[in-house]
Amino acid sequence: MLTGIIILVGLATGLSALLVIVARLLGGSNSSAADAIENLLPRIQCAQCGYPGCRPYAEAIASNSADINRCPPGGAETIRALAELLGRDPMPLDDSLGQASMQKSALIEESICIGCNRCAEVCPVDAIAGVPQRMHTIITSHCTGCELCLPPCPVDCISMVSRSA
Amino acid sequence: MLKFTPKRRLTGGVRLPANKTESTGKSIRRGLIPPRLIVSTRQQRGPAAKPIVEIGQGVLRGETIARAEKSDGTDVHAPTSGKIIAIENYESPLLSKVALELCIVIETDGADLAIQKRGPIEFAATREDRIRQIASAGIVGLGGAAYSTAEKMRGEPQIDCKLLIINGAECEPYISCDDMLMRESPEQILDGAAILQQLVGAPECIIAIERDKPQAIDAITLAADKLDLDGLRIAELPSIYPSGGERQLVEVLAGVEVPSEKYPSDFGFLCQNVGTAYAVHRFFRDGEPLSSRVVTVTGAAVAEPRNVEAMIGTPIADLIDACGGYSREAARLIHGGSMMGFELSEDSLAVTKATNCVVAAAPDEVKSENREWPCIRCGECSMVCPARLQPQDLVIAARESNAQALTELALSECIECGCCDVVCPSHIPLTQEFRKAKPLVQSLEELQAFSDASDQRFRLHEERRQDATIAAERQRDHIKRALSHEERRAEEIRAAVQRARQRKSETDGS
Amino acid sequence: MTELGLIIIAAALVNNFVLVQFLGLCPLMGASRRLEGAVGMGLATGLVLTTASALSHLVENLILIPFGLGYLRLIAFILIIGAAVQLTELLLSRFSPLLHRVLGLYIPLIASNCAVLGVALLNSTASRSLLAAIFYGAGAALGFGLVLSLLAGLRERLELADIPAPFRGNAIALITAGILSLAFLGFTGFARL
Repeated sequence: MLTGIIILVGLATGLSALLVIVARLLGGSNSSAADAIENLLPRIQCAQCGYPGCRPYAEAIASNSADINRCPPGGAETIRALAELLGRDPMPLDDSLGQASMQKSALIEESICIGCNRCAEVCPVDAIAGVPQRMHTIITSHCTGCELCLPPCPVDCISMVSRSA
Repeated sequence: MLKFTPKRRLTGGVRLPANKTESTGKSIRRGLIPPRLIVSTRQQRGPAAKPIVEIGQGVLRGETIARAEKSDGTDVHAPTSGKIIAIENYESPLLSKVALELCIVIETDGADLAIQKRGPIEFAATREDRIRQIASAGIVGLGGAAYSTAEKMRGEPQIDCKLLIINGAECEPYISCDDMLMRESPEQILDGAAILQQLVGAPECIIAIERDKPQAIDAITLAADKLDLDGLRIAELPSIYPSGGERQLVEVLAGVEVPSEKYPSDFGFLCQNVGTAYAVHRFFRDGEPLSSRVVTVTGAAVAEPRNVEAMIGTPIADLIDACGGYSREAARLIHGGSMMGFELSEDSLAVTKATNCVVAAAPDEVKSENREWPCIRCGECSMVCPARLQPQDLVIAARESNAQALTELALSECIECGCCDVVCPSHIPLTQEFRKAKPLVQSLEELQAFSDASDQRFRLHEERRQDATIAAERQRDHIKRALSHEERRAEEIRAAVQRARQRKSETDGS
Repeated sequence: MTELGLIIIAAALVNNFVLVQFLGLCPLMGASRRLEGAVGMGLATGLVLTTASALSHLVENLILIPFGLGYLRLIAFILIIGAAVQLTELLLSRFSPLLHRVLGLYIPLIASNCAVLGVALLNSTASRSLLAAIFYGAGAALGFGLVLSLLAGLRERLELADIPAPFRGNAIALITAGILSLAFLGFTGFARL
């Protein structure tokens, strides 16, 4: 009986040691689930999901702290793609997050702009053209409608307009 | 004339009852001048032409009445002499639907006076100028798709045209206008083909005709022998729908599969309808711009079905009158053939350059509306698809609006031929669903492109921000070091002054 | 050589662990909803099966039997299987975090997969050599992966079909698995193990 206990304990210890060694040898992984998830998102950094960018949202999904239905610009297509990737069922878009931001574009009232450049610094996709002390304007084809440029403007010259077609 | 053996057999396709013998019994009726012509200013796939005439103005046959505004447009000409009585919007059938277009209404005078003594038109000096001549002649593809022939010939400037295909296949049921044109005017067609061949510099030319048109094949062969044309060969195709499709012809004759986002001209192939070749001949040899075309008028509700050389703008009602009028109540009026044609609500609409056929179908000719049953996954649809698609999977994705799946299943390759509809035992309206779903794929592709571009811009933005942060830190370090350097110097100076004072006080003291 | 080949075929098809011996049905129903997940699960279980059968054979013949502790076989096998599962999980999270994320809870559940313990015990009762034991485990893994992939492919199609309400979901999947099982009975007698 004693030999039995010793053998079993020895076996357990040996196996655990093996596992620890292997774990140490392997280290961390290069890619992650978050990479694959991020590729499926629209990547327009609009922050409508509540996370400060597409990468943080992807990581939140990967670590199971966010649902897959929080991206309005991606819409049903993105939800379906994410569900497909993660082997889950698609779910309807979270209504509380509002409409997709890409349907709107920012517009600068050029006559009011004072050239402080705060909006251009904040735009995540560099859709604002202008240099300090000069008038700024929105490159509409690049604008993702994220509205991050509206708060910093000291003269409140930026508004959101809907895109035509 | 040499025969050309097709390199491949057509993928898929269906054999359909032709329904062409009714309209090929008589020769083409010519010289029909209706009392009014409603000539649309949009006679091609692309921009409309701008009218250059005014109400009340008298026009002669061949006179330009609307000019193309851009280089990819074509001019529109008066088909006969008369007076302009109106320039306003009318419903006009073109490109798979009826749309409101600006039309020029001509009241004909019956005299059919031409604008000038027409004769051969001299070829312009450069290739580009000659192509522009073709656009000014109003020549568009007469196979039904109405692409500007000039624009098609321009194609990819860097790619040499290696094969000109003259399309005399006419695979769709009911349509026989190309057949009759080949029987009656084979030499003119081949002359037009030779002109085209010379214009694009193609070393080879193949005229493709389906095997169920023996008279046309004989006529063309005889004419080719008489004209003694080099580099021209005839290919006989089995009568399978849709072997007359442009991409299908390129695949069958040259063995090359052209993907949907590219054109045959990107691969060095140019495909023109026999009617287009005829129009080219008429323009360069007789000086006649394109203002009329052969239209098949058929269907069990027409008394004497036949082909009519109709002036552009002839109301369809006049066409049917010229063929003996209605023999019975027409259940449906179709513009085009039974597969890719679309329905017209009334016969007051006028012929455009895309009108190859008008079918007045009697009630017993029209297939009764069948109830749709669930898909039994028999696979017949994918067996007949000429584009090698899987309609049974596509229709599920289309109904779910799953744009990702539609892209993976290559919906954009669908040529909307309708073969899958014909064979489906459950009567599922497949082609209709695909037509509705195509815009979804388009918008997904656009979104994908926008996403990738935004991602790129974001990464560059982040890089710049990081660089700026690093630069700012380096600046701070530099300043810190400079400041500490200054402090050390000040420290050393103080120490030295202290030492000096000390020594001074020592020497003073002692 | 032929004996080893026959062992693989027998373990994979004739005596298929899932459809003929009805072991390991939990991951069959749980991980067969999507094809990628099913293939991944098959691979993971395969790794566990092969290592576990090899290790358990070694431990039994080199440690337990010489010391007369044959009766501790069961506990020892469970230990080894647990370690093998953990090893597999480590490898997965290193080399394919996405698959790790997709399979989620089902990876640790491989430890409770009766097919894995079944293979180890069957090897023991049949007193196979080490090589034969490994091949038996590999064959079982092949068969398991094959069935999982087949069922996953079928279930993906079933999702799109018009199924009567009482049968939707797991019900039709089980019926399909049952019909598949009937099909696999056709392999009976092909190879005797």
